[in-house]
Amino acid sequence: MTDFRLPLGSLVESFVDYITETFDFLFVFIRAVFDGAYESIEYVLGEPPFWAIMLVLGALAFGIRGWKFAVGTIVGLVVILGVDQWDNAMDTLALVLVASVLTIAISVPLGILAAKSNLASNIIRPVLDFMQTMPAFVYLIPALILFRVGVVPGIVATIIFAMAPGVRLTELGIRSVDKEVVEAGQAFGASPWRILRQIQLPLATPTIMAGINQVIMLSLSMVVIAGMVGAGGLGAEVVASLNRIDIALGFEAGLSVVILAIFLDRITASLGDTHSTGMFGSIRVVLRGRKQTDAAPSSVPALAPTQPARV
Amino acid sequence: MTESNTAPIAVKADHLYKAFGRRPHEIVKKLKAGKNRDELSSLGVAAVIDASFEVKKGEIFVVMGLSGSGKSTLIRMLNGLWDTTSGTVTVGETNITDISAKELREVRRKSISMVFQHFALLPHRTVIDNVAYGLEIQGMGRDERLAKAQTIIDLVGLAGWAENLPSELSGGMQQRVGLGRALAADTDVLLMDEAFSALDPLIRREMQEQLIELQAALGKTIIFITHDLNEAMFLGDRIAVMRDGRIVQIGTPEEILTDPANDYVAQFVQDVDRARVLTAASVMEPVRSVITKTAGPRAALRTMRDLQTSVTFVLNRDRSFAGIVRDRDVLKLVKRGETDLRSIIRDDATAVLPDTALVDLVEPSVESELPIAVVDEKNRLLGVIPRVTLLAAIGNVTTNTGPLPVVMPPATISISQITDVLGESADDTHLATEGARA
Ligand SMILES: Nc1ncnc2c1ncn2[C@@H]1O[C@H](COP(=O)(O)OP(=O)(O)OP(=O)(O)O)[C@@H](O)[C@H]1O
Ligand SMILES: [Mg+2]
Repeated sequence: MTDFRLPLGSLVESFVDYITETFDFLFVFIRAVFDGAYESIEYVLGEPPFWAIMLVLGALAFGIRGWKFAVGTIVGLVVILGVDQWDNAMDTLALVLVASVLTIAISVPLGILAAKSNLASNIIRPVLDFMQTMPAFVYLIPALILFRVGVVPGIVATIIFAMAPGVRLTELGIRSVDKEVVEAGQAFGASPWRILRQIQLPLATPTIMAGINQVIMLSLSMVVIAGMVGAGGLGAEVVASLNRIDIALGFEAGLSVVILAIFLDRITASLGDTHSTGMFGSIRVVLRGRKQTDAAPSSVPALAPTQPARV
Repeated sequence: MTESNTAPIAVKADHLYKAFGRRPHEIVKKLKAGKNRDELSSLGVAAVIDASFEVKKGEIFVVMGLSGSGKSTLIRMLNGLWDTTSGTVTVGETNITDISAKELREVRRKSISMVFQHFALLPHRTVIDNVAYGLEIQGMGRDERLAKAQTIIDLVGLAGWAENLPSELSGGMQQRVGLGRALAADTDVLLMDEAFSALDPLIRREMQEQLIELQAALGKTIIFITHDLNEAMFLGDRIAVMRDGRIVQIGTPEEILTDPANDYVAQFVQDVDRARVLTAASVMEPVRSVITKTAGPRAALRTMRDLQTSVTFVLNRDRSFAGIVRDRDVLKLVKRGETDLRSIIRDDATAVLPDTALVDLVEPSVESELPIAVVDEKNRLLGVIPRVTLLAAIGNVTTNTGPLPVVMPPATISISQITDVLGESADDTHLATEGARA
């Protein structure tokens, strides 16, 4: 052994100390905002009676994927209720929703930036790699110092951990929009902002939605770690069962996480799929159909690709 | 198709260069210093080298070349989608090379639109919304632009498809949408990058014809890219041939066919469908055997004897084309001592306008051995096309290296016989001596 030692750890430590002292007001602010967001969602989900929430989620499932999924959702929620994890599940759902929304709000614009600028892409890419591969526990330490025990460090760690796929898939989606179509926008004189709004984002939507789905799944996978720093919910139950070696509790809490995961995954997956069945899909079709008949009342075109008349 | 030299310039390219690579300007500097493209390949690709041309208003200007010759790069510099490395582009009055992004967008909205090889329609929008896209960007209100788009949809033959998505249309129909979108924007200049290359041959032909009709009706300036020579020849008022980034020749289709600038162009054009490109004017020969109606049979016979042909063209007094007489008939007339040619003038000779394609001459030339007369709109005789000339032109046998041995139907009556007849009834020795001298 030699005396060679890189003082990286202590450097980062003093950096965090410095940040904490200098930007204390900022962290107080962020803490208040995140906490407020979480509290309100938690209130919305936790306050009404369980059957009301079940009905709403069941209706959502029906609207997005159809009646089979609605039935599955109700059954799953009844199981959660049956193992006495309802309140914890609602806490966790609130945590995941808040963390996911914040992650998406950060990662989609970053993805757009990375798609538009090679420089930004080259900077963002290694940072994301770093954030995603650094063990998630490590974020907890500064997060704890900066935001103190509670739900906020959990949310922050989740955002950092779950951001990568949101950014990556947004960038990928926008970059893989057919170049010629983007050129068409430019060739007719559309501004970059308009091309983004009318061409790139709509065409990248399926890929971006896949990214959002990934973000939500990763957020859910962070609930246990968030539970360790006092975020409560199902995560805290799992941590407790680990401490007490309580297999029964561990299984029940774990199963509830799985049920929530399946629900969220199926919902977000079908949002990205424009051909989804279910009520929203039909609404889209109906709307389009109505627009058609409005604009061209006379012509109901045959779908057979007949050659149109020459001019 | 023809426009005077004074027609205003719609698009001007002035010494355009485009290089790809780390240091494009260095490549261009070396190119200008005389290095050739292959020596610089380690630095990057010189996609367009020193391209200059002017496209007149209302012209169809075709850029033709093999894959990789720089056509797409060139056309993308014309509307500023890609910056030039060196050189300037002028659209209408505006030099678009140094203007701001905002001004450039304005030029694209008002002056120059584009049709793409793979259509580049917005897949999530209906046909009518696609066609109205340019108008939407121009800031036109919804009702107005949809009404205008509808008329364009009818114009390009897509009536009844307005509310379909592009994916529900066949390729040919999708490209009609692409064309409609460019036409709706109502710019003076239309850029078309291999617009028909993705279509199958029959639809392609139809689209080409339709484009020409539209161009004639709307008077757009069209810059059309293709790697298909027949397409270039069919559409182009003028054609620029590109090779390895350089424009090697600019000319009318006929100039390129009949007078290729170098071996490359010559080789390129050798399997073009010449019968569709060459016109009567480009292959016709001067009329030598010609007389006026009032000249009389003896003069006609003498002309034919001197030129050793069996027919001669007859003109009215105002030099318009009256018909043809044959040696046998004239001989009879002379023998009978008549002095009026009129009774034997045959009007079954085919007369065509100078811009008739050779392909349309094949049938008359098969049906009758008489040479085809080429006349202008006032019916004045400009030239003649004997059958051999027609065959030689279609078959790309060189006709301009020397006189062909036979250009007219050969005499069917021997010279001596004619001379006998002329001598027999000659009352004018002056004519006889002149004939003998020839
Ligand atoms: N973005 C680019 N980066 C580097 N090289 C390029 C780029 N675009 C084109 N090139 C090169 O420039 C040359 C000309 O390409 P261009 O696309 O203009 O040819 P083209 O005549 O349109 O060919 P095609 O008929 O295949 O479309 C090619 O050698 C090509 O490899
Ligand atoms: Mg090309």
